[in-house]
Amino acid sequence: MNTPLRRVGMAMMVMILLLLGNATWVQVINADEWRKNAYNRRVLLDEYARKRGLITVADGTVIADVKETTDRLRYLRTYNAGPVYAPVTGYLSVTYGTSGMERVENDLLNGSDDRLFARRVSALITGRDPVGGNVQLTLNSKVQQVAYDQLTAKGFTGSVVAIKPSTGEILAMVSTPSYDPNALASHDVNAQAAAWKQLTSKDANDPLINRATQALYPAGSTLKVLVAAGALADGKNKDTQYTAAGTIKLPNTQTDLPNFNGTPCGPGPTVSMETALAKSCNTAFGEMAGQLGANKLRRQAEKFGFNESGLQVPLPVETSTLGPIPDDAALYQTGIGQRDVQITPLENAVVAATIANNGTRMQPYLVSKILGPDLKSIDDTEPDEVEDAMSPANAAALRDMMIQSEINTGGEGRLQNVQVASKTGTAEHGAKPLENKPHAWYIAFAPAQKPEIAIAVIVEDGGDRGLGATGGKVAAPIGRAVINAYLAGR
Amino acid sequence: MGSPVPTGEGSPGASVASSTSPGLRPPTRRGTELVMLSFAAGLVTLALILVELNQERSLSLRILYLGLAYLGLFACAHLAVRRWAPYADPVILPCVALLNGLGLVVIHRIDLAMEGTVFLDGSTWDPMAFKQVIWTAIGLLLFAATLKFLSDHRTLARFGYTFGLVGLVALMLPGVLPGFIAPEINGAKIWLRIGPLSIQPGEFAKILLMVFFAAFLVSKRDLFTVAGRRFLGMDLPRARDLGPLFAAWGVTVAVMVLQKDLGSSLLFFGIVLVLLYVATERAAWVVLGLGLFAGGAVVAWKLFGHVQQRVANWQDPIARYEVVGGGYQISQSLFGLATGGIGGAGLGAGRPEMIPEANTDFITAVIGEELGFVGFAALLLVYMVFALRGLRSAIAVRDSFGKLLGGGLAFAVCFQVFIVVGGVTKLIPMTGITAPFLSKGGSSLLANYILVALLLRISAAARAPQRATKPKPQQPAIADQHTVMVERPR
Repeated sequence: MNTPLRRVGMAMMVMILLLLGNATWVQVINADEWRKNAYNRRVLLDEYARKRGLITVADGTVIADVKETTDRLRYLRTYNAGPVYAPVTGYLSVTYGTSGMERVENDLLNGSDDRLFARRVSALITGRDPVGGNVQLTLNSKVQQVAYDQLTAKGFTGSVVAIKPSTGEILAMVSTPSYDPNALASHDVNAQAAAWKQLTSKDANDPLINRATQALYPAGSTLKVLVAAGALADGKNKDTQYTAAGTIKLPNTQTDLPNFNGTPCGPGPTVSMETALAKSCNTAFGEMAGQLGANKLRRQAEKFGFNESGLQVPLPVETSTLGPIPDDAALYQTGIGQRDVQITPLENAVVAATIANNGTRMQPYLVSKILGPDLKSIDDTEPDEVEDAMSPANAAALRDMMIQSEINTGGEGRLQNVQVASKTGTAEHGAKPLENKPHAWYIAFAPAQKPEIAIAVIVEDGGDRGLGATGGKVAAPIGRAVINAYLAGR
Repeated sequence: MGSPVPTGEGSPGASVASSTSPGLRPPTRRGTELVMLSFAAGLVTLALILVELNQERSLSLRILYLGLAYLGLFACAHLAVRRWAPYADPVILPCVALLNGLGLVVIHRIDLAMEGTVFLDGSTWDPMAFKQVIWTAIGLLLFAATLKFLSDHRTLARFGYTFGLVGLVALMLPGVLPGFIAPEINGAKIWLRIGPLSIQPGEFAKILLMVFFAAFLVSKRDLFTVAGRRFLGMDLPRARDLGPLFAAWGVTVAVMVLQKDLGSSLLFFGIVLVLLYVATERAAWVVLGLGLFAGGAVVAWKLFGHVQQRVANWQDPIARYEVVGGGYQISQSLFGLATGGIGGAGLGAGRPEMIPEANTDFITAVIGEELGFVGFAALLLVYMVFALRGLRSAIAVRDSFGKLLGGGLAFAVCFQVFIVVGGVTKLIPMTGITAPFLSKGGSSLLANYILVALLLRISAAARAPQRATKPKPQQPAIADQHTVMVERPR
């Protein structure tokens, strides 16, 4: 019996070896796959044991802090002025994971980023707890606060984005309705769950979405600056004449393309591009887009940053597009920013900033510096020129037309001492455009001759004006207040 | 250890023991056992302190109680071995002590993590460590009693059929009794509830039936090898000799499948196969048995939903993560193992409470998470040493019954570890089965202590100096069954 017993012994050893081999696979070789699985909350829990890095704005104000607690999750994330910055900071939640900066800069904030490697090693040797790196944002606290207050004062749903045209630094990024990330960062699981349930309920109106980067809207008349830029590049100028008719038929259809209220754009049969832009005449811009053609229009849009998928600022940004434009009728409608045009508030701010920056498009960015735990700078973001979307001369011509547009725009809060170049938009949306309240747009930059700030404002569903809302009445006052806050605070 | 010849270089004591030199008393090696027991006690106490520190608790009286109880219990066990089985293998008991002690520490550790937890049905977490210490005490009492009253393991062979019957009844009892006394827990109907006690008769049946199979096979051994017909190049025994065996096997498997206890079913089948192989020395049995198993497995998979569920959970636990009864448990186990990585989170510093059944079937996953691959491998090696020492005794012992029973017991331990650890680490589908000596649960612990006592008894018989070879007036009936065989009419 001893021979089979020895063979059984071999079999037993093989079984243990199989277990050891499999454990090596699970725990060592393939461990990362399981460790990084989205369902695995252990890693997140471990991160709480480490002091997470801070998020600060340009003037050093801390917007995401940590507080040491006595409970099992050692450090509590706290957000100062939470709702104001929530779309940017995102949240850090034991139950619900991360979003926003907390997600995209997670490795840095939790200290596992390669750039912190030397510091980790030294922490290992000195026996100190490793801590995360800090992220300094480009946001201007005053502009951000004013933008947030402006949107929330009347309970608007919308977004404001402000960019410094010469660098691409994002000065403000607001999205409303917002939320308090402190509720989700709470170490009390029930409080987290209650907050989550409330934030994701149907009535909450998607507060967790950062509308500045994640929401796509019809561009409405703000797209006319882009069409004009295309026409200028195509050899037209501000005096080129277009139809002044109050209503035209879309090519090869019986569908009308009317101006606002069907009003003719001028007394004569034609108007100049300048007047058409100032008065935001749909018929003229339909014709202008038609003459330009879909390809040239699309190429101009791409120069401004359309169709750029995978853009990260470093928050991921949805791709703005003109849509398919299958025929001339669609082209006409695209020319006034309707049909299938989809644009993020950030992209619309980029359009304004590019015109302001003599036609040179700068890469927008939110993170100005990466700081080590010792607050020494590890990585500075350098402004990045993407491409020349317009020639300086054409940019100047377009700027002058936008100055006329601002003069022609109503609404409150007109700035007295500063010349603003702007374009409004009143974007129809939904299946029955005339019954849905339009989105109100306003894009602008100032001072017009030496721009320091470019903005895009959108207020969804007409804000407080309902069906009668226009970009000028609803969005422009907000934009002007934001510009004023920045220029006054220089 | 592949060829455990009695004159193994690692253990000079054993070599002396098995060489029969009259007049020379070989060393009992009890001192070695005591030293190793103290080492195990040291490790376990260290583990307990680590848990307390990592859970940030002050060293409470409870530790003192648990630690002292543990030391006292195994000191008694050691004395029992010294008294009643002085020549027993010195390594097995320390291995068991280490496993049992580590089990107690981990059960205590899960208690700490789950303290104060309120479940959905309103019940609160019931601390298990104290109960497990009581069970350990009872187990060791049973261990000592077995050593005292069973001075020769061959006595068992006389009661082979009785044991077989009792074992079968014990096995079937929970399956046939009504729900109030034999409730279905976690889908398996394998418990008997008597007042406050829950016992799993199957654990004891395992040993009883093993004794039966060993006795039966030894008595009929020659029939299996001689009186067969050749079929497909394999020698088949006569049907009437195999009848009882296959009947017992069939009933066992049927009962297990009906009770939905796949793990025990697999374990039992493996044991029967190995006993058959060792008894007959014919690989044909293994081939036949594996074929039988493969067929049975496919049939079970086709017929039973709970089998399909286990297989699906094994194939892709993540895909079934949110399914009720799906891959959550195995995923959590893998997350824990992977997050623990090579070095582990540290005892008391992981998050094993996220794994359901962390203190029973998944207790090895806790060890893998907190002690890492290193600790996990060490654990598996302790099991392997334990099982191989048992097997070594089986090889060294002189009587066939002892060889068969010892080999079966040793294999049973190893195979059970393979089934449960393989399930926990996703090497094979998970089947509910306890980890010997580690898992919470009285029945499993008591049964396994009886198993260890039997192994020690067999090892003592192997190592003890042989008494002067005088013909005994009354030989045990089955130990030399071959003489009976000669008389048997053909």
